[in-house]
Amino acid sequence: MTWPALTEYLLNGFVMGTLYVLMAIGLSLIFGMIGVINFCHGILFTLGAYAAVVLKDSVGFGPSLIISPVMVGILGMLVEVVFLRRLYRADPASGLLLTFGLAMVAEQLVRIIWGTSGLPYNIPRGLTGALSMGTFVYPKYRYFILVCAVALIAGLWWFLEKTPYGMIIRAGSRDGEMVRILGISLRPIFTFVFGLGSALAAIAGVLMAPVAGVQPAMGTDVGTAAFVVVTIGGLGSFWGAVIAGILVGEVVNLSILIWPPMAQASMYILMAVVLLTRPRGLLGERWEKFE
Amino acid sequence: MKTRRNSFGGSGISRRRFLGLAAGSAAVGVGFPAILRAQQEPFKIGHIAPQTGFLAAFGKYANTGAQMAVDEINEKGGLLGRKVEVINEDEANPGVAAQKARKLIEKDNVIAITGIVSSASALAVGDEAQRAKILFINAGANSDEIRGARCHRYVFSVEGSNTQYVSAVATWLLQQPNLKRWYFLTSDYAFGHDLLKVTQKLLQKAGREQIGSELIPTGTADFSSYLLKVKAANPDLVFQNLAGTDQTNFLKQFKEFGLEMQVAGGLVDTAVVWPVGVESLTGHFPLLWWHELKYPGVSEFVAKFKKIAGDPPENQGWGDYTAIRALGEVVKKVSSTDSKAIVKGMEGFQFECLKGRTLYFREWDHQLIMPMYTVRTKQKNEMKDKWDIFEVIAEVPPQGQSAESIAIPRSESLCKMEPAD
Repeated sequence: MTWPALTEYLLNGFVMGTLYVLMAIGLSLIFGMIGVINFCHGILFTLGAYAAVVLKDSVGFGPSLIISPVMVGILGMLVEVVFLRRLYRADPASGLLLTFGLAMVAEQLVRIIWGTSGLPYNIPRGLTGALSMGTFVYPKYRYFILVCAVALIAGLWWFLEKTPYGMIIRAGSRDGEMVRILGISLRPIFTFVFGLGSALAAIAGVLMAPVAGVQPAMGTDVGTAAFVVVTIGGLGSFWGAVIAGILVGEVVNLSILIWPPMAQASMYILMAVVLLTRPRGLLGERWEKFE
Repeated sequence: MKTRRNSFGGSGISRRRFLGLAAGSAAVGVGFPAILRAQQEPFKIGHIAPQTGFLAAFGKYANTGAQMAVDEINEKGGLLGRKVEVINEDEANPGVAAQKARKLIEKDNVIAITGIVSSASALAVGDEAQRAKILFINAGANSDEIRGARCHRYVFSVEGSNTQYVSAVATWLLQQPNLKRWYFLTSDYAFGHDLLKVTQKLLQKAGREQIGSELIPTGTADFSSYLLKVKAANPDLVFQNLAGTDQTNFLKQFKEFGLEMQVAGGLVDTAVVWPVGVESLTGHFPLLWWHELKYPGVSEFVAKFKKIAGDPPENQGWGDYTAIRALGEVVKKVSSTDSKAIVKGMEGFQFECLKGRTLYFREWDHQLIMPMYTVRTKQKNEMKDKWDIFEVIAEVPPQGQSAESIAIPRSESLCKMEPAD
């Protein structure tokens, strides 16, 4: 294997990884803040893609990349306000059961509304084809995914670390009681965080739609991978999710290069190894509420 | 004596004549209602095709094809003096298909069943047909098993088998001098394995080289890692046997990566590709039939089909049309609608149907022996309408050569048929 070929591989793993990161950060934020394991995450990815299909004829790909996540984010907020909010005082498992049920209902609704066989979605004009530098050839659209995802991740980091809102979210995740005592209501924050997580999943869905096609079960694999990434990275850790996402992308990708039958199992093996050596994940810290 | 005779036969009709008339009128009395019944009750043909579920796209073509064949038979005076009628049922899944077959046989008294797209359904319906000893003509299922390990005396196949499809395109590709090193990408389940096995055998025979082969889980959405691997291996040809949307997804990404080698596939479903558009397709494929073929009767058939269905006939339209047309010709030949007689008449039966040469049902596995077509995917600017996505580049085998060469040879077939009874 030549160096350019290997670099292509590593780049491809990185691009796949950034999508996992977008999914995982949302999942991790929701869990850290609200304490709910969001089983809806995969279907939110799917809904993002379907919303983009519906929107593409009227507004085009670019605007749909923004409008579709906003729509899914609002849907997420509605779910939080209407359903999830009632369950915060109940058994922690009830939030999980609710989101699990909602995911199944939503997936069936997608089948009923848009059919079982999936919808066509082509790469937007101007981003088709590949960019070649000598023997190094990589599709333009995947560079586009990379740029979008990295910009989003950077933006999220800035938001969480450098703005007062981000600080409230971080503080609220770590010690909600203390934030309340300081006179800040966490209710709207919960709603916002659930909406933000949903929107991130939807963006990942829109970005992936032109590559992988749009079909009802498209979120299942990605949703599962997001859980694995959060577990590897450490619950509630931003950089943990980023590092773990890229790592999973690379591991899955390289195992296809070396021994394809391993590909699907590789991320679980990675997870097992990480959990055996670092039970809280790579960058997971000791959080009172999770112990 | 004379008076008695006169009083008895006063009308001047002799006893012999009278008896003759009586017997005649009795014959008419029996025969007349039979004619009446013929006018009221047409022969029924059961037709099962998917109207719901993931194969529903084929249903429209199958139903239109079947109806056209029945209409043609009726325009020419029906079968044995009776009209023919088609009863359509939905092939939702193998269980439902078998249940519909039972209903058609037991309740509707059909003379034969045809249609079916999914191989699992075809196997289930084939078992039912054999049990009831009613003819089933498979018009749309490809699995080799239907004409192999689970072949039946009462089951015939108009649809090509996987072996016929893949041999057709592979035979053509192996004739191309520049395609020496092949790379296989295969759906990891029975369908893919079947096609891979057949192709690898042909490849070996032709002395070409396999430089890589990957089994890919079904439902894979992102093929990027496989594509990079293919790119690094740099074969002359990527031969993919991926099913349904996996195939269109793969080909889309193949284009996206700007790979320059040739690509081909062992099977393509036009009904799946038409709605998705040619953007998601590239390379060479085998086709059972194509609406742009230049054989006698094709353009008239296509025009008529378009008028009814709006679309030109897909493969499936040809399949169901051909099944019923062949059935009609055999019924006329054997002058019977008894399945046993039809089956006997169909074995080895030769006919023509829009493929430019004589087709026949092979006696020992009941497969229709026919040529297939290797097609090239057109570029968008070459298309004259949205259906015009393929260019036929070769008939395989060419005119004048026996089409047995692309079907499975008897020595390799697993078909052991029930005795003719």
